[in-house]
Amino acid sequence: MSFEIDVRKRLGDTDIAATFKADGGLTALFGPSGVGKTSILNMIAGLMRPDAGSIRVGGQSLFDDAAGVDTPPEQRRLGYVFQDARLFPHKRVRANLLYGHKLVPEADRWMSIDEAVDFLGIGHLLDRWPGTLSGGEARRVAIGRALLGGARFLLMDEPLSSLDRARREEIMIVIERIRDEMKLPILYVSHDRDEIDRLASAVVTL
Amino acid sequence: MLSVDEWEIVRLSLKVSCVAVGVSLPVAFALAWLLARGRFPGKILLDGLIHLPLVLPPVVTGWLLLIAFSANGPAGRLLFDWFGITFMFRWTGAALAAAIMALPLMVQAMRLSIEAVDRRLEGAARTLGATRWRAFWTITLPLSLPGVLAGTVLGFARSIGEFGATITFVSNIPGETRTLPIAIYSALQIPGHEAEVTRLAIMSVVLSLGALILSEWLARKSAAGKGAGHVL
Repeated sequence: MSFEIDVRKRLGDTDIAATFKADGGLTALFGPSGVGKTSILNMIAGLMRPDAGSIRVGGQSLFDDAAGVDTPPEQRRLGYVFQDARLFPHKRVRANLLYGHKLVPEADRWMSIDEAVDFLGIGHLLDRWPGTLSGGEARRVAIGRALLGGARFLLMDEPLSSLDRARREEIMIVIERIRDEMKLPILYVSHDRDEIDRLASAVVTL
Repeated sequence: MLSVDEWEIVRLSLKVSCVAVGVSLPVAFALAWLLARGRFPGKILLDGLIHLPLVLPPVVTGWLLLIAFSANGPAGRLLFDWFGITFMFRWTGAALAAAIMALPLMVQAMRLSIEAVDRRLEGAARTLGATRWRAFWTITLPLSLPGVLAGTVLGFARSIGEFGATITFVSNIPGETRTLPIAIYSALQIPGHEAEVTRLAIMSVVLSLGALILSEWLARKSAAGKGAGHVL
């Protein structure tokens, strides 16, 4: 699966611009904070509208201002792992995991809840409320929720931030397995060189 | 204990307030949504208009309703010609007055609760395949629900206490528009009715305090999770 991204956006006083191509594997978007890495992920997800440019994923146009294409986020079939996990606070872990799973046509699901629970080791958390989870637990549930939504590719926004060393190691192993075993293409935002050296198959410097 | 007539007054008051709140609930939520999320010219004007009954003397609000909804008034004539509805000197008019007076309180409470919902959660729902509409029903509405309920109860308490606009608009007709506060006022005008005043006043306190406690309880419940402020 290929990504062809060419977007521009003016946000307050900041000009955000990114032009890059990427193939499968894990592509890291690397750059100092404030350069608009998260905004670029939001534009690819359809949560923020670029001023101009185009977004093509797997040959399919998701946004193209010249052609008037702007696919709504719910039709882009991606999984977004936010920096703050962003779990729904009024739903238990199980309902969070199933939120996207239930909305996706059966044919587009490629992982069952049991597989996701085993893969992430979150069986003991299913009946908990998100507010009671630790940072690492919340991050794993957020990854599970994104995978279960039938995603064709993942967007990950600093998924290791504010985790201790042991938790970082656990989540990194999960990400490597998504990259290598599930072969799911990942766009990965980070400002941490070590993280990128270990995980990324390609690097886009912004 | 209350006499049959006094129970009738309590029953009428409850009917007027329930109808007032029931009918204005969707309107109040829509207005709260517009004020919380909308960006349009005239938003400040709309905000002001909604809050007008809160700052106007209630008699003036009643008088404005009288002008608008009398048989020859612009709104009154339209409603009668099209639907055969008339508000004049009817309990429905009392409900309309109560709804107008309660609206600003309901809108304010609901607006705060809608503004307190983290919009990024709606974005997360969208990336998981939810349409805008589904994200509203499954994320925004449940998260703002405690504030919506609190606003509803607060509006109910305000309706129970409504006096000035009601008596100006639909007068003081036993069994039709004589709600609790108006009945208390009427009884006070006649010497020797002190016991009736006391009984009705106690009923007012019970109803209003009950509604207020319920409202504060709901507000606390909603504040507990999100760190939002109280309605009162």
